[in-house]
Amino acid sequence: MAHRFGVGPRVALFATCINDVMFPGTPKAVVQVLERLGCTVEFPVEQTCCGQMLTNTGYFDAAVPNVRNYVKAFRGYDYIVGASGSCIGAVRHQHPMLAEHAGDPGLAEAVADVVARTYDFSELLVDVLEVTDVGAYFPHKVTYHPTCHSVRVTKVGDRPYRLLEKVKGLELMPLEAADQCCGFGGTFSVKNPDVSVAMGSDKARHVVDTGAEYLVTGDNACLMHIGGLLHRQNSAVRTIHLAEILASTEGGAA
Amino acid sequence: MTEQAQRRTPAPPPGTYLGMPTFQKNAKVQLADPQLRSNLRHATGTIRAKRAERVAEVPEWEQLRLAGEAIKNRTLRHLDTYLVQLEESLTKAGATVHWARDAAEANAIVVGLVQAKGVDEVVKVKSMATQEIELNEALEHAGIAAWETDLAELIVQLGHDRPSHILVPAIHRNRAEVREIFLREMKQYGTPAPEDITDSPAELAGAARRHLREKFLRAKVAVSGANFAIAETGTLVVVESEGNGRMCLTLPETLISVVGIEKVLPTVEDLEVFMRLLPRSSTGERMNPYTSVWTGVTPGDGPQEVHVVLVDNGRTNALADPQGRPALRCIRCSACLNICPVYERVGGHAYGSVYPGPIGAVLNPQLRGISSKIDQSLPYASSLCGACFDVCPVRIPIPDMLVHLRHEVAEHKRGHVGVQQTAMAVAGWVLSDHKHFELAERAAGLAARALPNTTHLGPLPWPASPWTRARDLPMPPAESFRTWWRKERGEAR
Repeated sequence: MAHRFGVGPRVALFATCINDVMFPGTPKAVVQVLERLGCTVEFPVEQTCCGQMLTNTGYFDAAVPNVRNYVKAFRGYDYIVGASGSCIGAVRHQHPMLAEHAGDPGLAEAVADVVARTYDFSELLVDVLEVTDVGAYFPHKVTYHPTCHSVRVTKVGDRPYRLLEKVKGLELMPLEAADQCCGFGGTFSVKNPDVSVAMGSDKARHVVDTGAEYLVTGDNACLMHIGGLLHRQNSAVRTIHLAEILASTEGGAA
Repeated sequence: MTEQAQRRTPAPPPGTYLGMPTFQKNAKVQLADPQLRSNLRHATGTIRAKRAERVAEVPEWEQLRLAGEAIKNRTLRHLDTYLVQLEESLTKAGATVHWARDAAEANAIVVGLVQAKGVDEVVKVKSMATQEIELNEALEHAGIAAWETDLAELIVQLGHDRPSHILVPAIHRNRAEVREIFLREMKQYGTPAPEDITDSPAELAGAARRHLREKFLRAKVAVSGANFAIAETGTLVVVESEGNGRMCLTLPETLISVVGIEKVLPTVEDLEVFMRLLPRSSTGERMNPYTSVWTGVTPGDGPQEVHVVLVDNGRTNALADPQGRPALRCIRCSACLNICPVYERVGGHAYGSVYPGPIGAVLNPQLRGISSKIDQSLPYASSLCGACFDVCPVRIPIPDMLVHLRHEVAEHKRGHVGVQQTAMAVAGWVLSDHKHFELAERAAGLAARALPNTTHLGPLPWPASPWTRARDLPMPPAESFRTWWRKERGEAR
């Protein structure tokens, strides 16, 4: 490990709006893991959302205040972390575009600065803290769905697999057609509900076929969609965020 | 006599592309067809695996993609120069060049050329440009029969159908359906299919071969498109699999090629990149079976009268938009269709255009504008998963372009009051400031406390119905992360 316990870096937590309201267990798990690894975690209260829902629906002007909030909240931190491949991807890939759209060179400069220090949770662990074994214990069969934005926008690569491999007791079940989108797609899920559900049903079927007890991803939005289908089908498969598995220890549940 | 009886060729289905309802509505209809979904899953799955295998053999694939992108970008940057050079080269080689601003002009030029030859039928090489301008119907109205000679295009034409894929236009049909179409229709338009034909691919291909042979041998005029047009030499290139193209390009006396202005490449050397990118991306083959290359007129060999119709039809609009321009790099390989999880489930007919799938979702609104319902809905016909960019041989950033087009649609609808506009206005306000956000959080927490024993919400009435019809919605917990943090760690950071 690059950082000894208690003297790890200071990290600003980007909770993301959906985790803040709907899945607070995930940012809590990030805090738990990072503090276990010796980091000092701070939560800048000015933060709201990456703005992706507005941007991806075409409402660029309405998304610009989110960019300003993000810069205001996170300027001055060396490390900013969020537990969402999709939200982190939106910050990295869309905030520069939105700053340009706003025609504000000062904002564009600040965005470039903050974006360069923004990490997905799996990246912060593997690349910055240089750790794959975070001391987690999760004695269950799980299957991992590599969410589209974590792979294709944030480009987390095999980091989540490397982290899961080191979890004691965990059995990773291979997922068929893992690289296919689950069909969530933000507002796509309600603007094209029929296609979204058709895609999600195939994903849910593949998940059930693995025999896993848990479906894990790095994005709670995708989990809400696939989990919503599984719950409606009275499936026993539960959904869980990667961070919550990593926070689980032999001493106590996450 | 009815119009149907007066026609020379099978009538396409009624209605127009632009008159089609939104993608969402079309998709719902297509999703309800289990045969279609099974045909598509099988076909896209097969071709997707073939492509992946053939691409994996090329260690420098990413460099090839970058080269393809760079060549196309350079060509588009100087398109005016290369087009004039192409006209000069073609003219020098004995071809006649015609310029068409839009579909109507292009169709009028082709109809005029065919009428001048005094014939009432043409054979056609598979061509997206002629599908785009709906040339077959323009010829039909002038009393000229246009016979499609590509096997899949023949299935579509004889099936009174529309194409649903760029490369495999009859991908939505299976063998049993093709057999029925051949049995029923071939006899009305030429050599019939054998009465005892089975649905074996060899027998079906044999019936098509016999049906087409008399048309090839009789035709005085052929109409083609072109995959590439070389500015330096005036050389046109058609890439195909069945040899029907070669027949059309060599047998008739007159050849008319309808070519989009973005098909130009500066030099013959540029072909080496695209001849490697296209077959592997398209059919998953190392090389395609037939590549026809011709430069104007060769005395005593092949067509002695060669025309090239260069068509704009909205392309300069796309070129003028820096965000939209990359769509003109498209070489019509259809890798993005085959990989797309949305296309795989709804098929091509939901997109209201001859260009379906991810590329259609970005190309159509640019070529046709965003005034129709179908074109306004196309940018939203994607989950933005990004798989299309990964397979695109010329690296068209389709997901980013979709977002850009969504912005154009939202701007176009500015001032409308609808569910989406209201939802986005509310979301914009909530997310614009953390104090607003915390108010909304408290409301969510109150709702959770009001229903303490509920973990999930089941089917709900509108406006929650689009989500909850098939998916349960988890209840927010009573305490948000922010509230927990304040309680645990205090107000400051």
